[in-house]
Amino acid sequence: MADSFWDKGVDSPPTAGVLRHSVAVRISHWLNLLCFLALLVSGVEILISHPRFYWGEAGNVNTKPLFQIPIPSSRAIVPTGYGYVLPDQNGWSRALHFQGAWMLLFLSAAYLGYSFFSGHLKRDLAPRAADLAPGVVMDSIRKHARFDLEEEKRATSYNVLQRLSYLKVLFVLFPLMIWSGLAMSPAFAAAVPAAVAALGGHQSARTIHFFVTISLLLFVLVHVLMVYLTGFRRRLRAMTIGGGSAIEEQA
Amino acid sequence: MSRFSRRTMIGAGLSAVAGASGLAIAGKLARQHGLIPPDSGGLYGPGETLTYGAQRLLARHSLAREFPREAISAAPWANPTDPPDDLFKRHQAAGFANWTLAVDGLVARPVSLSLAEIKSQPSRSHITMLVCEEGWSYIAEWTGVPLSHILELAGAKPEARHVVYFSQQHGWWDSLDMDEALHPQTLIAHTMNGQSLPVGHGGPLRMRVPKQLGYKNVKFVARLTVTDDIRKFSKGLGSASPEFGYSWYAGI
Repeated sequence: MADSFWDKGVDSPPTAGVLRHSVAVRISHWLNLLCFLALLVSGVEILISHPRFYWGEAGNVNTKPLFQIPIPSSRAIVPTGYGYVLPDQNGWSRALHFQGAWMLLFLSAAYLGYSFFSGHLKRDLAPRAADLAPGVVMDSIRKHARFDLEEEKRATSYNVLQRLSYLKVLFVLFPLMIWSGLAMSPAFAAAVPAAVAALGGHQSARTIHFFVTISLLLFVLVHVLMVYLTGFRRRLRAMTIGGGSAIEEQA
Repeated sequence: MSRFSRRTMIGAGLSAVAGASGLAIAGKLARQHGLIPPDSGGLYGPGETLTYGAQRLLARHSLAREFPREAISAAPWANPTDPPDDLFKRHQAAGFANWTLAVDGLVARPVSLSLAEIKSQPSRSHITMLVCEEGWSYIAEWTGVPLSHILELAGAKPEARHVVYFSQQHGWWDSLDMDEALHPQTLIAHTMNGQSLPVGHGGPLRMRVPKQLGYKNVKFVARLTVTDDIRKFSKGLGSASPEFGYSWYAGI
């Protein structure tokens, strides 16, 4: 159990390791979910006020869109082809979106600090050198593709695909989300114009923000599916109250 | 319960006290440095305050991006406004010859400038992007009198903290802090892409604040009031926007 993320549980007898993530991981997991939902719901509300996407600097209803999401809009000016206009929810949505973004920023900073100094990052998230051998990665992909998850049901540490996915979310998708979001801000663009130029312009940043959202959404769906398929009760308990020994759960 | 030892409890207590004092000191410092927006109360107050404070620290003196002439949008879009009232229609019929911009409040010399007088003031042009909170944008060249010049003309007093600006259209008003009001790119715009500002885009006069979103760029501006107490205006939230659920500060 030395290289696993399950803590031993302060109150439990030393022989039966309690399946439980550390307090910091459990708290940040659920706060993260809260922020994600707030950002997703408010982001969708903001999106429907202009469900058209462009590339480059400028784009509006007089511009040919890159693509358009086939939904009604909350603004009458957008030619959606639908005969009705959804209620405008942008006011609170924008406020919630930015407040959620601030919360997530603080949470991510705290989580990264914890993960680095506690060894969580190195021990649980960084792929082990042996796991990165092409054969091992391919084997893991094959097993996932066949839904051969028997090993995962007994796993007490993350597999290589899981580790790579978490690292991608943490170090690729989150930073890109924050960057593309900030690039849409006129004041931030004034302070750091290169941040907008590097993404291809103001409207490109908005389009990238949308595609990163889709990537994060896919991650969450696959994450929940995998938790469901590899012992929902055990994993949910490990991420909440803990409890239940490995032996008992495997019986 | 052994895990809640006395040492843990004392540590938690001391941390809480330190945290609360830290927040109180940070709040006082932020207020002194003008980092608290008028709509800092309520459920989303913390987010509003963090955004405004952070962007003030980061971008106080930054210039909005300016674009080359070929970047100007071929067909700029303007969201429709409510049908104008009869007074506006009379102004429009007269070619806005009688339109005035009144400047009052904390100024040494309250003035009322006609459109011709405004257009004869020193002007500045910039090719900048107008971004709507809905997500769309366009690039145009705006020409107008820097708001700082008008404030100088009227003799704004040193205790001024905000400039409140009113549209001729009832109920439409907003305000800027002095950083934004004195910013060299903040214009009382009368010309767009070389033509008199079209009514659809807020003509004859529109506030042009390129470091904030479209809705701060109030159309049909007819009056400026310089103040040291933004809370005296309407519900005290700094503009009409927070009364409809939108942020006073729109740099993001």
